[in-house]
Amino acid sequence: MQNGVKREIPAEVAGIGPLKPYSNQLVGGQAKNTERLKDRQLNPAKNKIIGSLEEAIRATGLRDGMTISFHHHFRNGDFVVNMVMDVIASMGIKDLVLAPSSLIDIHAPLIKHIKNGVVRRIETSGLRGELANEVSNGLMDIPVTINSHGGRARAIASGELPIDVAFLGVPSCDPYGNANGYSRGNTAASACGSLGYAKVDALYAKNVVLITDNLVPYPNVPFAIPESQVDYIVVVDCIGDPKGIVSGATRYTTNPKELLIAKRAADVIEASGYFYDGYSLQTGSGGSALATTRYLREKMIAADIKASFALGGITQQIVEMHEEGLIHRILDVQSFDLRAVESLKDNRFHHQIDAEYYASPDNEGCAAHQLDVVILSALEIDLDFNVNVITGSDGVIRGASGGHCDTAAGASVTIINAPLIRGRIPTILSKVNTVVTPGSTIDILVTDQGTAVNPLRTDLLANLKAANIPVCTIEELKAKADKIVGEPAPIQWEDKIVGVVKYRDGSVIDVIRQVKRNS
Amino acid sequence: MEKLRRTMLFVPGNNPGMLRDAHIYGADSIMIDLEDSVSVNEKDAARLLVYHALKTMDYGKTEVLVRVNALNTPYGREDYEAIVRAKPDAIRMPKTETAQDVVDADALMTKIEQDAGMEVGTVKLFAAIESAKGVLNAQQIATASSRLIGIALGAEDFVTDLKTNRSPEGIELLTARSLILFAARAAGIDAVDTVFSNVNDEEGFANEVKLIKQLGFDGKSIINPRQIETVHRLYTPTPEETAKAARILEASEEAAKRGSGVVSLNGKMIDKPVVTRAQRVLALADAVKARVE
Repeated sequence: MQNGVKREIPAEVAGIGPLKPYSNQLVGGQAKNTERLKDRQLNPAKNKIIGSLEEAIRATGLRDGMTISFHHHFRNGDFVVNMVMDVIASMGIKDLVLAPSSLIDIHAPLIKHIKNGVVRRIETSGLRGELANEVSNGLMDIPVTINSHGGRARAIASGELPIDVAFLGVPSCDPYGNANGYSRGNTAASACGSLGYAKVDALYAKNVVLITDNLVPYPNVPFAIPESQVDYIVVVDCIGDPKGIVSGATRYTTNPKELLIAKRAADVIEASGYFYDGYSLQTGSGGSALATTRYLREKMIAADIKASFALGGITQQIVEMHEEGLIHRILDVQSFDLRAVESLKDNRFHHQIDAEYYASPDNEGCAAHQLDVVILSALEIDLDFNVNVITGSDGVIRGASGGHCDTAAGASVTIINAPLIRGRIPTILSKVNTVVTPGSTIDILVTDQGTAVNPLRTDLLANLKAANIPVCTIEELKAKADKIVGEPAPIQWEDKIVGVVKYRDGSVIDVIRQVKRNS
Repeated sequence: MEKLRRTMLFVPGNNPGMLRDAHIYGADSIMIDLEDSVSVNEKDAARLLVYHALKTMDYGKTEVLVRVNALNTPYGREDYEAIVRAKPDAIRMPKTETAQDVVDADALMTKIEQDAGMEVGTVKLFAAIESAKGVLNAQQIATASSRLIGIALGAEDFVTDLKTNRSPEGIELLTARSLILFAARAAGIDAVDTVFSNVNDEEGFANEVKLIKQLGFDGKSIINPRQIETVHRLYTPTPEETAKAARILEASEEAAKRGSGVVSLNGKMIDKPVVTRAQRVLALADAVKARVE
């Protein structure tokens, strides 16, 4: 058979099978799309750009019952979720599964979309504010599913949580969909830094719609999301409030109690046996975690120890230690402040990673599994070291699973920094209200009134004792707090389940019930 | 054992959270305040709160003082009535001007202790001197009561009384500091220096601590837990100092065994004051060690 360039092609080749001959008339009867060539010069900003959100939604074929996703890199400055949901609601689409990487206070308008049937079910890492309060009071017929960051990436990658359409806000994007969390040249544009959570959605969702207020010329490199993963682009006036997207600077705390906890945590890390040249660390953005980083820095300089990498949510403090030569590489799944955004943009060893690379349990080499030290927080911790970071002392959802259970499982030393008492609420309970992270993965609790080591970690206990670090049992710490504030009365729950908390492997570690109404 | 009073942390008596946590930062003493940090309309509430805090909290090894309102104010008497019964380690008298002020406080405390069935002298006294008159009377104040365990300078009121203000070098405080220190040493009680208000000026604070340590003070009043570490670092003998003190004592004991009065170590003569100072260094080091454990 002769093909389109007049070569003799057999119909079939043994071992390969039937062959499809080249036609030379690939697009509109032509091999080369001359229309497109012309168009690129006349109208460079056209290609994947679609006129409106409504047109984009129609083009994706979104219909009742499908699953849509968003990222939460814009934090409390995000305009995208509410904007898209309003359009979807106006189009009459119902019964959707909403699977964002997380939801925050600003997403309270979702309440109306749940009430009017647009959203049937939610999968998220966290819930806060009015929406969380309503969900805890029984707003939804189907419970919210809480995933960890690594667990969500695993579920999406494995097909357990298939995304039909991902609506991803991006601070910069070219006409073909090369997108990033910052912008070169346009300093007025919003920036969130890493797009680590969104990258997973872009890679695996059946349809990807990028939403931007900052269209830049092709090619927008380096990019977090490549054009090959993008179907449509919608240009809007504003994707978010820059002040809510990223904080100007993360400052060290001057709160003496946080400093005390931080100093103790740094002493513990130094004595743990995992403070060596080439160790790795993840610290959060909370007051005492940040201050721990500062004390660690002093210890690293004194002992001439360098870290191989810092992981996770990245702050100014980590960036500065990298620039000082104390941390060789930064793996950034989420940038917490403007300094981290700037560094991600300008520094090639400050690397953007996606949530699957960060913490998916199916990815044995994931960065969380390479961690030596992680510092985490806790709303509650119990005598089995189980940690709750999702429900408050009133039983209402007010937090996020985040990377908590992922890094706790992965790190050699998992440290919880927490005050013994908040206001008049003790942090240590006989049983936490909701288990997010199993106690078997929590190693050390550092409080302002003492440090307790999980009895499972006899090695760490021996190391701390050898270094003369004062250690007590978690029961002793609990007794200390109870003596001051007493044991809180248990929360009254309804039977109805409002939340299903998944562990990172997709198994269910706990459920959250509706809080009892004050009668 | 040497009583450590390197740091005396001020804690407002109307703040439950701070009362709850006052001891966790490791200050040698905490001084719960019912006086200047409590506004007039909160005096009663704070008195009750502090009373119950003292009854409830376990402050461990931390020495607890309560600064009451002066007896010539409408709140002073009730403060003594409540606080003596709650049995802190000591009451800190503000604005002490004469020996009679101490005698009056002692008499009232004795009566309250008797009424409450407590052993007389259970609660000690600490006198803050905050005026020119008080400084000039420091010697009489320091010996006015067997309850008195120390005197302190309160500089803010003092410099106002002197018609000046505080300078970074503290030249305006030098005489007062010296007189208070002399009075304390002559009476065999402790001397504690005044507060340094700018918490963010770590260098200025450290300089002031070095100065008052050199003058001979036992410690410093502080207003923020962040100041504790600096004072303790400067006041705690270094391992080198401890080792040197131990060598001096060793040499001195060796000489005593030999019946020799004169001792020398590395060519330097060691006489009695040197030995006494060495003993003090070791006592301080022991006290610090015991405090940490």
